This record gives sequence, structure tokens and C-alpha cells, in this order.
Amino acid sequence: MTDTIEEAPASIGQPKRRKEDARLLMGETEWTDNIQLPGTLHMAFLRSSIAHAKILRIDTSAAKLAEGVVHVYTGEDFPGQPGSTCVWPVTADIVMTHYPAICTDEVRYGGDVVAVVLATERYLAADALDLIDVDYEPLPAVVDMEEALKEGSPLVHESAGTNRCYTHNMPCGDYEAAKAKADVVVSRRFINQRLIPSPMETRAVVAAPQGMADEITLWTSTQIPHVLRVLLALLTGIPENQIRVVAPDVGGGFGGKLQISREEVLALILAKRLGRPVKWSETRSENMVAMHHGRDQIQDIEIAATKDGKLLGMKVDLLADMGAYLQIITPGTPLLGMFMYSGIYKMEALDFTCTGVYTNKTTTDAYRGAGRPESTFAIERIMDELAAELGMEPMELRKLNWVKHEEFPFTNVAGLTYDTGNYEAATERALELFGYDELRAEQAARRAAGDPVQLGIGISTFTEMCGLAPSRTLGALNYVAGGWEHCTLRVLPTGKVELVTGTAPHGQGHATVWSQIAADVIGVPFEDIEVIYGDTGRAPYGMDTYGSRSLAVGGQAIKVAGERLVEKARIIAAHQLEVSPEDIEFNKGVYSVKGDPEKSNTIQGIAFAAFTAHNLPPGVEPTLHGEATVDPIDFSYPHGTHLAAMEVDTETGKVTLRKYVAVDDCGIQINPMIVEGQVHGGLAQGIAQAMYEGALYDNDGNLLTASMGEYLLPSSADLPSFITDRTVTPSTTHPLGTKGIGEAGAIASTPAIINGVVDAIRHLGVNDVLMPASPQNVWRAIQAAQNGGAA
Amino acid sequence: MMHISATVNGTHRMGEVEPRLLLVHWLRENLGLVGTPIGCDTSNCGACTVLLDGQSVKSCNMLAVQADGSNITTIQGLGPEGEMGTIQKAFKECHGLQCGYCTPGMVTAAADLLAENPDPTEEEIREGLHGNLCRCTGYHNIVKSVQLAAAEMRGAK
Repeated sequence: MTDTIEEAPASIGQPKRRKEDARLLMGETEWTDNIQLPGTLHMAFLRSSIAHAKILRIDTSAAKLAEGVVHVYTGEDFPGQPGSTCVWPVTADIVMTHYPAICTDEVRYGGDVVAVVLATERYLAADALDLIDVDYEPLPAVVDMEEALKEGSPLVHESAGTNRCYTHNMPCGDYEAAKAKADVVVSRRFINQRLIPSPMETRAVVAAPQGMADEITLWTSTQIPHVLRVLLALLTGIPENQIRVVAPDVGGGFGGKLQISREEVLALILAKRLGRPVKWSETRSENMVAMHHGRDQIQDIEIAATKDGKLLGMKVDLLADMGAYLQIITPGTPLLGMFMYSGIYKMEALDFTCTGVYTNKTTTDAYRGAGRPESTFAIERIMDELAAELGMEPMELRKLNWVKHEEFPFTNVAGLTYDTGNYEAATERALELFGYDELRAEQAARRAAGDPVQLGIGISTFTEMCGLAPSRTLGALNYVAGGWEHCTLRVLPTGKVELVTGTAPHGQGHATVWSQIAADVIGVPFEDIEVIYGDTGRAPYGMDTYGSRSLAVGGQAIKVAGERLVEKARIIAAHQLEVSPEDIEFNKGVYSVKGDPEKSNTIQGIAFAAFTAHNLPPGVEPTLHGEATVDPIDFSYPHGTHLAAMEVDTETGKVTLRKYVAVDDCGIQINPMIVEGQVHGGLAQGIAQAMYEGALYDNDGNLLTASMGEYLLPSSADLPSFITDRTVTPSTTHPLGTKGIGEAGAIASTPAIINGVVDAIRHLGVNDVLMPASPQNVWRAIQAAQNGGAA
Repeated sequence: MMHISATVNGTHRMGEVEPRLLLVHWLRENLGLVGTPIGCDTSNCGACTVLLDGQSVKSCNMLAVQADGSNITTIQGLGPEGEMGTIQKAFKECHGLQCGYCTPGMVTAAADLLAENPDPTEEEIREGLHGNLCRCTGYHNIVKSVQLAAAEMRGAK
């Protein structure tokens, strides 16, 4: 049999336009809130309006009689039922606490749930909330972490006897010995403020008895359908094999949808109990208090160096705000950066300590970067402070201390082995794109002229870790799940291909990128591949999408599954072409006999033969598919150099981002267009932390930034276009040489911006600016420095 | 209940609605036009933007009864039937969307912007779309998409 196949160009590396887009652009979408099932009951939550109080009495009688209301439930109806759970008890003596599905005796943050209404219409459910009467006895709210740790502080959880959740210490090397050798020691306190993830789609859930036997399907706007299914079964007692979780189109996540929520738990339980569909669509204002928040750390950082600028050691002392409860990885999130505090630099010692603290605020958890933005902020900020103290050019200080290209693989002070990197190349390219020397000259001129608008240059030379994670590593860290990923590839009888992945995209473009990988590995057209994801019924195995893991781990599974498929087909091809498998060549989807290329078959032809099964070799089963579940051997380490030119009006405190250059190295790029889009989005979020966003509470624990009116998400008018480029240093821990790029922009950009702001006004005596660098915060920093004290 | 009628995506639609029903809920839940999503409850995000008599409006910020007698175009009626229009194609070409949730509003707002200003500068695009929030793209490629669409539309004339 002979086929002529046109040589297809390699798909990997091409800026393929996305398969996802036409549907999204024409409004042919499947957001969870779009689902309208007959007989649906709409769920609405009565949330506590105060941060900390005893519940004395709840009167639901009027609400129960209201139009359209079918049920009203309080915590009494679900005794002992947890609404979420923590899978990462980071220390042996961590203070774990119960997170109720509905509060019974006490509320612990503004937004805590005290009752649930089910009504026939969305508006009627909301109306009935107003008819529920709750008597609260207010308790003092714990808002500030340092106050929370003081003797005699009110307690978030009385039964715990403390607000200290845990203290985790990781000494690497001997910091005190390193410090003793130092000529210079610089200490700073940095505040990584609280942020609200704010995906454009808020959360939504539909649960309905549907499908086989006792199955209940839960559609939810989540990043983690697979993990969620396991946790829902554990928390509700509903057998796992009766729960199907579907993440349909998901409108962004950024870590905010890496969670198991009480809203999901209750929807599932109630749909099961009532035997009819239950639906909840979160309002934005509800989302601001009820979806978990991110960051919120006080960082006391100390760095020790010689007078020549050689780093010796670093001490990191963190307070991390847990909020009122522990959810999925609340206590572990600040620790995700603990191995990365030394950044790209060589040093002898790192003494890391983190104390988690309960407060009467919304629970914190993963937000884009999760731990690495905080560690990168600390090291990159303190490097600038050290440079100032030493009187060194900040880039020169970095060059003196970073791991040189020829020194890889390099084991950092915390024991992580960076497989590859080329900090020199990324920096050289960034300096060139930025016009570093010219901007330094302009800065000097403005300073000399006493220009009220000063110029500062912010540097961030960073690395981060992607690819959560080798399962053994997670086990060693007390995390209760693994970090593998799965792929099944099927060539169907007609030659079309199904790629089943365990990743769960919510904007990243997996359908496109996974197709590119599979197209090259099994030699089929990109267009012929359908990617199936986000549904435990159709894609049963997976560990989902977070921490820049999808390509870093899931990409490996695609490659291995594809290779297994190719090998199975080779055996069939050899049998049918009457040669041994060793005599068969495989090239771009065609199996041919070595030395006799006329004798060949295509992978599609073999798929059909595997389907008819009329002539298979002995021991070979029908159908053509390949499966792989891959546990990564190690993390990957993207890196890069980011530079920001910041203008600061010294009279008003107004900060303007004039120019931003990002040169990233994420190894081999499967789709450079998507890589660049990921960089842009990450930059916007990291810059937003530095310049615009911040969740603010008053002393009573009321969230002051509780709507999009008060919480400043940047618009198109608040950001510039970015200058981006990549260097390519392939990873050696990933068979495709890729690393990960989903969070790099958010990790690198925050310190670049703040370094630039401080650099612009350092001559005024300023050595830090609180985030966000709003006109008020910057003006106050200038006034405080000028007055030699607090403004 | 009040009676309303409107032309929606070229089709005459009518219904009885509560006076308090938001336009976006009428479109999504009564008419089944779920392509227009809801992103906030304070009219900040613009995800629900539709064209009302040719002008972009946030459909969460007006009542269905206020749209009585109007001509409404949603994302599902913006291009030719079953195809993408020029702006939509430009968004695909320039990777102007990621999760796609803000996209219907962003594309619709861009249509209004380009109708008023066929050759906008980058700054005019950024100012013109500042009522539509995107959390994924950092706006960089949205600006490029609108620039490409503007060039295509001018070239087509």
C-alpha cells in the first residue's frame, strides 16, 4: 500500500492561531451560568456583614414564606458538615480548624455564610435573603497579624487557644556564621499586600442528578475538576463514582478557582438531597469577599554581604495571613516560595521562617505565582537596597552574584537544582531593548536639573520554579496528593484524533498547544486533533491546572502517550508490510520500510486496520491509542530579566510606567504567540500589584475594597504596551525542553516596578514605598523621608 | 409585568417582564442569548456590553423595559451569520483574547469605538476601551487587535 503525504511543517514552534477563539469570539460559549436546566432551584447565600460575632439566633420564618422560596437552610441543617478542607498541613503541630459549610454559632469574617435560600428564580432567592433575621453578638475582630500574635489578643478560633497557625523554619547553611563574616548587613521590612484574584468570570455552580444511575453532575467554574471530585467525595460522603465534575468554559482563574468551596459542597449535597438541579451564580461584590484572596505577607528580610558585594547569606522572617480558615493550600502557599528566596544568586546560607496567622478576614490561598512573587519581590528588592548601601550599580551587583551560564546545573542554597539558565544572555538582550545607558544618563540629567518629575530604573533578574511537581517531593512536604499528569491519545477509525488531557485550561489555550505537540509526535494534521478536558466523565485522570504545571507536566504526558501510540502502530505496520518492526521507519505520520519507501502505510491507515482488527499481529489488541501518566523528574526553572522605567512626580506622588522590557527564557516555545500573551497578562497582574491593587480592611475587619468600584483593577488606559522578547535555553528536565510561562510576568514585574519607583526618589532619602505605589503612598514616603520620620 | 418588544440581532423579540429585570438577564435568560456574559454588579467591567441603537451600553446597567422599542446587537449578532466579522477576526489574528470572558463586551465596545473613530491612535484605543476590563491579556494584544481591525475596515472601504 502506498500513500503520498505532503510534508507537513513542524507544528511545534509555530504561532498557531487558537482553536478556541472562533467560538469565544462569536459568543458560542459554555460558561457555567449559561446552563439552564428544567426545575432548577437558585441558591443564594446570606453572608455575615460583620467580621467576628456570635450568632445568637437566626429567624428564617419570613423568608420561608416568601414568593418562590422552596427551602431555607441554616447550619443546624448540616451539623458538622465541612465546607472546605486543607490538603497541606505544613507542620506536625499546625493548628487546623473546622471550616463549616454554614456557620452555626460564630462568624469569623465578613462574608462567612449563615444561611442558604433556594428559590425558583434568581431574583426571588436574593429577595428572600433580606427577610432572614440574624441576631449577632459582636466580638472583637482580629485584623492585624502582629496584634493577633500578641498575648491577650482576641482569638479567631477560641478553641485553638492561639492565632498562630504554624511556624515553619528551614535553615539552609549557617546564617549566623555567614553574617559574622559580613561587612554589610541590610534589613528591610517589605509588605506584600493582600490581593483579590478577580477573574472576569466569577464563580458559578450547577449540580444536577443526571446521567447514569445515581450520578450527580456538578458543573463549576473551577481550575481543578479532578482534585475537586476527590475532595467532594471525601467531604460529603457521596461516593466518588457517583460524582461527575465538569469545568465547562472557565473565564479565568489565577489561582482563585484552585479551591474547594462551601458553595460547591452545598450545591452537591442539596441537589442530591432534593433530587433536582441547584444553581448558584456569584455576584461580583460577593466574589470580592467570598472567593479566597492572595498574598498578604509581612516580610522581614536581612541580607549579608562583603564590602565588595559578594552575597553571604539571607534571613527571611515571614508573617503570612491565613485569614479566618484554612482552605485547600492556605498554609502551604507562602511556603511555595521558600526554596527560591536566594533567587538567581549564590550564597552560603538562607534562614527561612514563616509563621501563619489567623485573622478575621477572607481566607488567603493561591494567587498567580503563589509564593514565588513574594520570594522574588524580597530578593530583588533587597538586592537594590544592598546595592545602594554599597554604592554599587544594582545591575553590577547582580552580575557579580548570579549563577554563571557555565555553572549549570547549579544547586541553590535551599537545595534546588537549577538545570539550565543563561542570565547573561537574557540580561544583555533586555539592556539592549531598554536603552539602559541612555535612560541612566537621562536620570542623571533630571536629577542634576532638579526636575520635579524624576526618573527611576527598576531591575528584576529572576527565576522561578514550574512543574508542580515530582510526587515524592510533594510527599516530603506533607502535601497529600501527587503531581503527575495524564494523557490519552486515540486515533479513531476515520483518522481523526482525540487527545484527552488531565489539565484544565481556563484561558491558556491548551486545545491549541496540545494539538501542536501531538501533531508533531504522531504525525497527524493539527486540525484533525480534538482536545478533551475539564470533565471527569470524559477525561477521568488528571491533576488539573495551576502553578504553570500544564505544559511543564502535562506536556510530558502528551509526548509519552504519543510515542507509545506510534510504537503500537509500528508493530501493526510491520506485520502488515511483512517486515520486522526494526525495519520500519516512522516519519511525519508515515510508516515505511527502510530501503523500500514505496512500501508504506499512514498512521490513519493503521488506525483503521486496528479498528477492523482483521489482520493484527499476535498479542496486539485492537484500537490505536496511547496512554501515559507521567510524574516529572524535577521542576523547571524559567528565568528572565525585566526592566522598568518609572517616572515619579515628586510633588504629587504620581507614578507613571514609561517603558517596560521583559526578556523571558521559558526554554523551547511550543507556541510563541501564546507565550507572549501569557507574559503580557502576567505583567499586567504583577504591575497591578505594584501600582494599583490592594485589599483594604478597616480596624473592625470590614473589607473596604468590596466591589470593582473600590478595588482598582487596571484598565487599558492604566497600562502601556510592553516590549518583550525571549532567549531560549532549553530545560533538561523536560523532554520537550520547555519550562513554563504562566506566572513569570506576575512574578518578575512587581519588584521591577517598585525598584524603579524607589530608584527615582532614593536621592530624597526614600528606601521603600508601600504597594500599591499610589500617589498617596509615594507622596507619604517622600514626606516621611524629608521629615526624617513618619508623615 | 410589563410588555416589551425589541429587535435583537435582527429578529423581532417580545415578552412580559418584571420592571426590575436587567436587560442582560432578559437577553441571557429569557431570550437565551448567553453569549453576553455578566462580569460585575457595579457597571465597572463592561463584559455585558451590547449595542443599543448603535451605541455601546452595559446591559447590566439598564432595565429591560428601558430597551423597549430599541434595536439591540449582541456579540451573537455582530458578525455575518455563523461567521466572524472583521473585528472578531482581528482579535483571533492578534491573540486579543485568552479566557474569552471579557471578549464579547470588548469586541462590542471596539465596534462602537471604530464606528466613531475609524483611525484611532493607541492612546485613543486605550482611552476608548477603558470601561472594559480584561484580566488575561494585559490589553497589549487587544490594542493590536483593534488597530488591525481599524486598518482592515479602512482598507475595505
